Amino acid sequence: MSLTSDEVRRIAHLARLAVDDREAEGFAAALSDIFDFVEALNNADIEGVAPMAHPLDAEQRLRPDRVTESDQRERFQDIAPAVEGGVYLVPRVIE
Amino acid sequence: MEWETVIGLEIHAQLNTASKIFSGAATAYGAEPNRQACAVDLGLPGVLPVLNEAVVRKAVMLGLALEAQIAPRSVFARKNYFYPDLPKGYQISQFELPIVARGHLEIELDDGSRKRIGVTRAHLEEDAGKSLHEGFGTMTGIDLNRAGTPLVEIVSEPELGSAREAVAYMKKLHALVRYLDICDGNMQEGSFRCDANVSVRPAGESSFGIRTEIKNLNSFRFVERAINFEVERQIELIESGGTVVQETRLFDPDRDETRPMRSKEEANDYRYFPDPDLLPVAIHTEDIEAIRAEMPELPDAKRERFVRDYALSPYDAGALTATRDLADYYEALVAACGAPKLAANWMMGDFTAALNRSELEVGDSPVAPAALAQLLARIQDATISGKIAKEVFDAMWAGEGDADAIIAARGLKQITDTGAIDRIIDDVIAANPVQLEQYRAGKDKLLGFFVGQVMKKTQGKANPAQVNERLRARLRGD
Amino acid sequence: MTLDTLSGWARRLQAGEISSRELTELYLDRIDRLDPGINSFVTVTREQALAAADAADQRLAQGERAPLLGLPVAQKDIFCTHGVRTSCGSRMLDSFVAPYDATVVERMNAAGAVMLGKTNMDEFAMGSSNETSYYGPVRNPWDPERVPGGSSGGSAAAVAARLVPAATGTDTGGSIRQPAAFCGVTGLKPTYGRVSRYGMIAFASSLDQGGPMAASAEDCALMLNAMAGFDPRDSTSLERPDEDFTAGLDRDLKGLRIGLPREYFGDGLHADVRRAVQDALAVLRERGAEPVEISLPNSNLSVPAYYVVAPAECSSNLARYDGVRFGHRCNDPRDLMDLYTRSRAEGFGAEVKRRIMIGTYVLSAGYYDAYYLKAQKVRQLIAEDFRRAFERVDVIAGPTTPELPFRLGEKSADPISMYLSDVYTIAANLAGLPGLSMPAGTIGSLPVGLQLIGNYFEEGRLLNVAHQFQQETGWHQRMPATFA
Repeated sequence: MSLTSDEVRRIAHLARLAVDDREAEGFAAALSDIFDFVEALNNADIEGVAPMAHPLDAEQRLRPDRVTESDQRERFQDIAPAVEGGVYLVPRVIE
Repeated sequence: MEWETVIGLEIHAQLNTASKIFSGAATAYGAEPNRQACAVDLGLPGVLPVLNEAVVRKAVMLGLALEAQIAPRSVFARKNYFYPDLPKGYQISQFELPIVARGHLEIELDDGSRKRIGVTRAHLEEDAGKSLHEGFGTMTGIDLNRAGTPLVEIVSEPELGSAREAVAYMKKLHALVRYLDICDGNMQEGSFRCDANVSVRPAGESSFGIRTEIKNLNSFRFVERAINFEVERQIELIESGGTVVQETRLFDPDRDETRPMRSKEEANDYRYFPDPDLLPVAIHTEDIEAIRAEMPELPDAKRERFVRDYALSPYDAGALTATRDLADYYEALVAACGAPKLAANWMMGDFTAALNRSELEVGDSPVAPAALAQLLARIQDATISGKIAKEVFDAMWAGEGDADAIIAARGLKQITDTGAIDRIIDDVIAANPVQLEQYRAGKDKLLGFFVGQVMKKTQGKANPAQVNERLRARLRGD
Repeated sequence: MTLDTLSGWARRLQAGEISSRELTELYLDRIDRLDPGINSFVTVTREQALAAADAADQRLAQGERAPLLGLPVAQKDIFCTHGVRTSCGSRMLDSFVAPYDATVVERMNAAGAVMLGKTNMDEFAMGSSNETSYYGPVRNPWDPERVPGGSSGGSAAAVAARLVPAATGTDTGGSIRQPAAFCGVTGLKPTYGRVSRYGMIAFASSLDQGGPMAASAEDCALMLNAMAGFDPRDSTSLERPDEDFTAGLDRDLKGLRIGLPREYFGDGLHADVRRAVQDALAVLRERGAEPVEISLPNSNLSVPAYYVVAPAECSSNLARYDGVRFGHRCNDPRDLMDLYTRSRAEGFGAEVKRRIMIGTYVLSAGYYDAYYLKAQKVRQLIAEDFRRAFERVDVIAGPTTPELPFRLGEKSADPISMYLSDVYTIAANLAGLPGLSMPAGTIGSLPVGLQLIGNYFEEGRLLNVAHQFQQETGWHQRMPATFA
């Protein structure tokens, strides 16, 4: 399988990664190789096999509905790149 | 050409839990920005979600109320997209295996007939935070307090035929979630909001037209206006030779119109896959039965019971079961006063009017059921007339005390002493000889005049039936 | 003073032969002196370590006997440490000072461990050579021209060079076992769910598992006692009673059925590695173990399945690094899209980007069934292979890696050849089984690892087999001469 640079750009956009033309070509080549490699999966006999999402066959544990977390805004916002008046800042979003 | 409207609603109801769906942060509304956003809500590196038990229980209740299928095994999936109010870059939701599927809700149409609306599914998910567009210059502020608040998204079949039907469905569901006490139903705060999928097609056509989705409608009125506008817009567009574009639109209540939403322009590819941080949610038959056992009586059943037990008309029973608080108030009132019809009339009349005037909810009423029952008892035992009772009620509402105290303080007790009434009647007759003559000459209508005069002299405290009876006798000259 | 093992130091601390402060200073000095040659630490927390050591000495003086009390350890820089930078080997988190401890860190602190610092690793644990770290490659103490393996290469190299007696690692496709093999130390990946993932920065959530790396199986058992245990903050944490993993170390191996998968001794295996592994197996046989030839027929599909599942999960797990709440943010973003794409392009290195791209692709519309769903089904086949095998055998044994530690840069241009370096380790992650690697011999100066894979919850058994082997052999005691 061979990926085009355009497909790489579409994927990079979905993943929100800036790529320049040179990188796009590099990704196209590397990803094509990898997808060729995983083609081996097509040889598996998976007829009737249930997909396995988790290693353990267990069910979700439930947490009691209690408030256990206290306000730590200052601590959490100490590590934030841009805050003002307790809110995180991003370039203007238009809805 | 005749057009037919097809509407499906996606309603997001916030579940009224103390803590969030996957974290122990509080869900209370109105905190300062980001003070209720813990490490899990912020999506900090390494943190993990753990599911809130109450969320599952409330979703199962909803499923039972919708007579839906409760999935013995449901799965949380990640819906991947980037947006600043979505901290992890994905929303934990349910995709292929929702917790509730294939239910229905019956609505009443304007002509009194009933229509069953299919509920495709109801799934659990986490709410996103809020973007604040004002006050940060060229920037947008992000408040993540709401991030992680539990939501149930209830998706209807495209079976609603008009804006009126859509509103009826939404109101019915609104009452239901409040009955179940799974959502506070506060639409201003966004606890109950709706996306409407709207399309039109020529009447009789079986395939669907191209639909648009109107996002984030947070009042019944907006739902009705937005859908009506959108239906008109689509019909005009098609009739003038255009085609509807499948898109997401926002309703602008100030201009009373919908317009395309810019941020949703690009096609999304959400890359759903099972969330590896969460295991399948198992709901066993015994869990369902335990939840069923603690379910409150539902609106439709309650309405039927009110008709049966209290001999109310279906209309009255419907009005009194519109909300659980109203119905609970009514039942407490009937239990205390033993007069279902009188209680119903009072609640739908003066009580509701007073609530509306004061802009209060039933639960905030300054007059408790026991207090109102005392007032109604004084009507029944003829201590006061119905008319005087209205005055007493207003005084009770204003906080002047209980019915008996107000009746005593204002001297409103009915005059039942026949002699005293007779004396007043005699005075009235003596003071109006002309009218007496006319009455005796056959002008029966003047009885009302005399009653009025007597009541005036007694300041309304005479028993009207007694006054009538005594007056007739005296006027005849007995 | 001669260098001892973690268990040895524990005995000496409790006997009062040495204080925790002396021990801590001893290792801090070794780090100062010797780490510049191998770059195994990204952060050394000298002050905190000495304070913790003093506190431990007081507790020891009062007769307290917490399992790791006063013992120096290192944390892989993937575990969040409150107040200490947690970089995950990435520029993205170069400035990230975690506001909380990972459960593993919390548990080890509670057990009295003294953290000396944070060890280097492949960026976001994606790599098999420790060359993808933002902080530069780690060098193999046995040969500085060679890689230590990855992604827990810093922990492996630090333990091998005796810069710390024990360290934590994480293993998503072999990231504890492969560097343990390359560096000649013992490392254990527990059953999925045994060790809490809370505060352990996620790579691929359904595969990631933390575990110990140390000089011996006995030391790993001591570490695992502190690391493992139910954690209500991790939905995938196992609700099982705590176990003492040191309790079964001395069991003999008579009658132990050791499965030797035909597929693990095939064409791809380096002849010298094969010989060393067979010699090691002979030792186990002498101690009463019975070899049984088995087959894991879908082994060849494990690497392809992994390179769909792991990138898919990683593409989603790494979406939170968006420059908004923490981590790297680009300068002067033009608009929101620019903030996202540039912060992420600048913050992530090439291998991480490559995996995000793979994962985004395999989950995208139209490809989910062809890749992701298919890989999950193959994952089931691989797990079934093991289920069948464990009906016949108690443990499975084979080489940890197909070849010896390779040279720095040797595989950088060819991702797939790098990926194949985990060909024998990945299957245990896909199935969720415990796996251990221990030194089984040397080729020249380079160590060779023997891998043991156990059935679910059988970590105790793996540690027992390894300990018995280490009673008989001295491979685990060897250390690179330049670090003596």
